Amino acid sequence: MISNLIAGLSLGSIYAIIALGYTMVYGIAKMLNFAHGDVIMVGGYMCFCATFYLGWPPAMGILLAIIVCTLLGVVIERLAYKPLRRAPALAVLITAIGVSYFLQNAALLIWTANPKTFTSVVGSGSVKIGGLQITHVTIVTILVCVIIMAVLVWFTSKTKMGTAMRAVSEDKDAAQLMGINVNTTISVTFAIGSGLAAVAGVLMLSAYPMLVPTTGSMPGIKAFTAAVFGGIGSIPGALLGGILLGIIEIFSKAYISQELSDAIVFAVLIIVLLVKPAGLLGKQIREKV
Amino acid sequence: MAMLEVKGINVYYGLIHALHDVSFEVNEGEIVALIGANGAGKTTTLHTITGLLQAKSGQVMFDGKDITRKPGHAIVRLGMSHVPEGRRVFASLTVAENLRMGAYTRPKSEIAGSLKEVYEWFPRLEERKNQAAGTLSGGEQQMLAMGRAMMSRPRILLLDEPSMGLSPLFVGEIFKIIERVSSAGTTVLLVEQNAKKALSIADRAYVLETGNISKSGDAKALLDDEAIRKAYLGE
Repeated sequence: MISNLIAGLSLGSIYAIIALGYTMVYGIAKMLNFAHGDVIMVGGYMCFCATFYLGWPPAMGILLAIIVCTLLGVVIERLAYKPLRRAPALAVLITAIGVSYFLQNAALLIWTANPKTFTSVVGSGSVKIGGLQITHVTIVTILVCVIIMAVLVWFTSKTKMGTAMRAVSEDKDAAQLMGINVNTTISVTFAIGSGLAAVAGVLMLSAYPMLVPTTGSMPGIKAFTAAVFGGIGSIPGALLGGILLGIIEIFSKAYISQELSDAIVFAVLIIVLLVKPAGLLGKQIREKV
Repeated sequence: MAMLEVKGINVYYGLIHALHDVSFEVNEGEIVALIGANGAGKTTTLHTITGLLQAKSGQVMFDGKDITRKPGHAIVRLGMSHVPEGRRVFASLTVAENLRMGAYTRPKSEIAGSLKEVYEWFPRLEERKNQAAGTLSGGEQQMLAMGRAMMSRPRILLLDEPSMGLSPLFVGEIFKIIERVSSAGTTVLLVEQNAKKALSIADRAYVLETGNISKSGDAKALLDDEAIRKAYLGE
């Protein structure tokens, strides 16, 4: 029971970190970046190449993954999404799906479809607490998630750039009238989201070590679900949604059915959205006129 | 040389020709009113000046410098601030955060002083500084929008329909504030549907009719103009 809860928390932390990228980009650019999951995969391959082929220490591999993904996020936004800033939402959505396929196929070309076995960046050790065996990966994942959340909450609520991001997410034109460079703000958001995707990718592969070009798509969709579940656009919502999704998934695997666990996860999403269409912590601000 | 010069701008929304060769100027220290009916192009004019829209042809000059193609976010730094129609305060940000965003382009060390000034102008905002802006009344939001614009220490303030949707009591208060802003040395370009009120505080005015400047002159003279009285003052 408790060990399942911890496993759920750990998986949920990974979903939460990915969901943060979805939710921040949605909040500010009002678009669903379906290529976000594939950035995770790119981060995984970067870290894998650095440690396996180049023999770099894990820390350097993680750093490389974060740098490459951050740049990749900014480049994707500049090349694929920025020209569509005033285009209909559907055009942007289709472009995002296109970028996702592009990344998967580019990876297929470079690294082939043969699965790579990812070596955990924190080793395979574990500690015993009470009667429980907890792996290092689990502990590090949960800790990293907590730290990232705390930093992001501080950043968006206390810093000038963070406040500007909230202003842009609410009203781009009004933000521009304040002298805020909307394009820069959007780039920063993509950079943060993609950097986090790299972290999530490395942590996920440390726990589930099979790396193929489609590695990012399922966790990407699950994290998107988590973001909607918690209320898309809300940072605490992404955390709550991610953690709950992880716990529900692990518990349904353990107690109901291995095969049906994904179906159960999505059924819960549907029920939540029927009751609370804006998600658990979705924003519903009442405005007086 | 005029502080703000708009020279023959043409603006289109797709195929619709919204502004035809619109030209006017605002001199330092003046209150200039731009009046006209709904849809005449008043808001379009302001949006073109501050870079929310691009003119197809024509020029916008500020201090003798061409700012027609300058990106919108760079215009505030030149000393021009625009209070948009419908106030557009950031509803989920607090009153104080909204004001700080107004000072986005200014060094951190100067912000506290400006905040204090704005709170002196609008004591009500200080009482509500930690409240989300979306919870303020319409009149308070208008004050916040104006205070936010003043946080950038503009030399010229562009106001778009500041009296819209406000109770008569607040309308009077807002116009008093505009006069105070002006006497404190800030130039004002005022767009208003409430032509009577606007003309009563303005030095000069332009009348915009379906995208053309149809009349201009001394505000008091326009207030007595028969055609203006009929068309815009409801007499």
